[in-house]
Amino acid sequence: MLKLITPVMQVVEWPMRALQRVLGPRRLAWAFLAPNLVLFSLFAFLPVILNFVYSATGSDHILLRDRPYVGAQNFAELLNCQSYTDPNSCRIDVFWRAVWNTVTFVALQVTFMVVFSLLTALILNRKIRARGFFRAVFFFPVLLSPVVVALVWKWMLQDQGLLNATLQNLGFGTVNWLLSPGWAFGWSVFISVWAHMGFYTLILLAGLQAIPRDVYEAAAMDAAGPWRVFRRITLPLLMPTMVVVLVLALIKGVQTFDEVYAFTGGGPGSATTLVIQYIYQTGFAGTPRLFGLASAASILVALVLVGLTAVQLWLTRRNANG
Amino acid sequence: MARFLTRTRGKGGLHWTDWASYAYLALGVFVMFAPVLWLVVSSFKTEAELQHYPPRLLPYIQKTITLPGHDEPLPVFKVTRGDLAGQQVAQVRRIGLVSQVVRPEDPQTIVKVPISDRAPVERVALATTNYSKLFARFDFPRFFWNSLFITVVATAITLLVNAMAAFALSKYEFRGRGTVMALVIGTLMIPQTVVLVPLFLVVRDFGMINSLWGVIIPGAATPTGVFLLRQYMLTIPDEILDAARMDNASEWKIFWRIILPLSAPALAVLAILSIMWRWNDFLWPLIALSRSENYTLQLALNSFQGEFTTDWASLLAMTVLTLAPIAAVFAFLQKYIATGIASTGGK
Repeated sequence: MLKLITPVMQVVEWPMRALQRVLGPRRLAWAFLAPNLVLFSLFAFLPVILNFVYSATGSDHILLRDRPYVGAQNFAELLNCQSYTDPNSCRIDVFWRAVWNTVTFVALQVTFMVVFSLLTALILNRKIRARGFFRAVFFFPVLLSPVVVALVWKWMLQDQGLLNATLQNLGFGTVNWLLSPGWAFGWSVFISVWAHMGFYTLILLAGLQAIPRDVYEAAAMDAAGPWRVFRRITLPLLMPTMVVVLVLALIKGVQTFDEVYAFTGGGPGSATTLVIQYIYQTGFAGTPRLFGLASAASILVALVLVGLTAVQLWLTRRNANG
Repeated sequence: MARFLTRTRGKGGLHWTDWASYAYLALGVFVMFAPVLWLVVSSFKTEAELQHYPPRLLPYIQKTITLPGHDEPLPVFKVTRGDLAGQQVAQVRRIGLVSQVVRPEDPQTIVKVPISDRAPVERVALATTNYSKLFARFDFPRFFWNSLFITVVATAITLLVNAMAAFALSKYEFRGRGTVMALVIGTLMIPQTVVLVPLFLVVRDFGMINSLWGVIIPGAATPTGVFLLRQYMLTIPDEILDAARMDNASEWKIFWRIILPLSAPALAVLAILSIMWRWNDFLWPLIALSRSENYTLQLALNSFQGEFTTDWASLLAMTVLTLAPIAAVFAFLQKYIATGIASTGGK
C-alpha cells in the first residue's frame, strides 16, 4: 500500500515544503485543512445558503439569475391547507400525503426497530452458542444496498412469488401485496426494519456489554428476580444507549427514500410516497421542475433534522462526559 | 417473559428461556437469510423455470439431447400415455397442442403426441444463462465499471483528504481550530437529502453533471471520517513527531511517513465505510447521472424493473452480482465492519 502511494506523496512533497517555508510549520495546518474545507464549503455550506435562495424564487429555471423573486410564496403554497390533517384540503395534497406517510412510517419503523433490536441484543447478550454467527446473521442486511433489499423482497412478494405460493399451499388465498395500499405500506416498514435493525442491535449489544458484571453479581447476592434485575439494572443502565438509538433511528427514518422508492416507487397511488421522494419528484423527476417548491420542502425537513441532530450531539456529548 | 429478558442463566441443563432464545434466533436466521438465499437460487433458474408456478425450491433444467439430423439440442420428454407411454422422446417442434417427437433410437420418424401426454425430463442443475445474457445483451460491464470507479476513486480521495484534515486538527495548535471543529460538526447537520436542488446547481456549474466525478467529489469530505481519524490520531504520541522534526523532516513527510502508517486501523475502518457508502449510494447518483451509460449498478438495477413487465431473469442475476462484492468484503472483514459501524454511528 505504502509503495503504491509513495510517488504521489513525493510529488506533493515539493509544494508542501515550499509552503512550509513561507507559512512556517504552525500555519501549515491550514494547508492540510484546505481540501476538506473547500469541499465542505462548496458542497455543504454553499448549498444550504442557496437552498434559501431557491425557496424564495420561482420558475423552473435552475440558474439563479433566471429565477424571479417570489418571497415566501413557495412556503405559503406548501402550507396552504384548510386542515393539516387532511391532505385533500391542501393546495399541494401530494406533499401533505407524503408528510403524513412519513410521520406514520417513522413512528412504526422506529418502534419496531427499537423493540426488535433490543430483543435481539438481549438474546445475543446471553450465554448462547455461536453468538458470532447469529450476530452476523442479523447484521448482514445492513451492508446490502437499498435497491438490492427492495428487489430481494419484491421477488418474494410478487404475484407468483414464494410467499403467495406458500400461502396457497397452506390453503389461504394469494394477495397482490404491492398493489394494495395498506400491504405495500406495511411491507415498506417491514423491509426497512429488516434492512437496518442489525445496526441498532450492534449498538445496543455494545451498550449491554458495557454494563459492569459486578452489578449483576450484587443483584444475584440479593436474590433479585430476573424481571426485577431487568427493570432495575439492565434497563436504566442501557437507557443512554437506547436514547441514542432512538434519535439515530428517527434521523435516518425521516430521510428514508432509497429502499422504499426502489420497492414500491411510492405507489400504489401515493400510498408509500415519503417526503424525500416528494422533494426528488418535484425538483428532478417531474416536469416542470419546481425547484422552489422542492427547496422549500427540504428546508422544512431540514428544520426537523437539525432539531433531532442537535439532540443527538447533546446526548453523545453528555454520554461521553459520563 | 421475565427470565427471558435477563442476562444470565443458571448452570446445568437448558432452561426454557434458552429454548425460547434459540427459537427466536432460528426464526431470525430464517427471516434474514431465506429471502436472500431464495434470490440467489432463483437467479440460477432458466427463464422457463422462473415461470413455473408454484415455484420449486431447486433450479431444474430440462434434459436435452443432440440427435443426428437435428442441428439444435432437442428437449427430452417422457411420454405418459399412448403407444409410447414410459419412453423418453425428443421434441422436434410443437404446433399448438400437438408435440412432434422422435425416439432417440429412430431420429427420423416423427410421432405426434398431445402435449398433455408428455412431461419434461428434468434434472437439478444451475443455469448460468441469466448471467451470460447480462454480458451479451446488457451493458453490464460498463455499469460495474462505473460503480467500481466511483467506489475506488472516491474512497482514495476521502481517505487522503480526511486524513489531512484530521492531522491538522489533532497535531497542531492554531488559532481558529475551535471554529473549524464547529464547522465540521455543522456539516453533520446537513445531510445530502436536504440540499439536493442547490447541490445540483453547484455540481452543474462545475460541469460535473452526468460525469462520474459529479458523484465522487461532493461527498468526498465527510465529517464522520474527520472525527474518526482525529480521534485515533490524538492517541499517537507527539514525541514521535518532534523526533522526526529534529531530523529535519518536513511536515508533509511526517504526515505520510509517520501519521498515515500509524493510523492504519482507523483508515481501514473509514475505507470500509466509504466503500459501503459509495457502492450502495442511490439518491445522489440518481439525480446526477441521467444518461444510462453513466449508470452505476444501483441505478441500472432500479431502472431494469419496468413498471408493468419486469425481466426478472436478468434482474435476479444482476442483483446477485451487485451484492456479491459487498458479501465478499463482509465475509473477510466482518469484525472490522461491525466495530467500525458501531463506533461511528454508521454515517
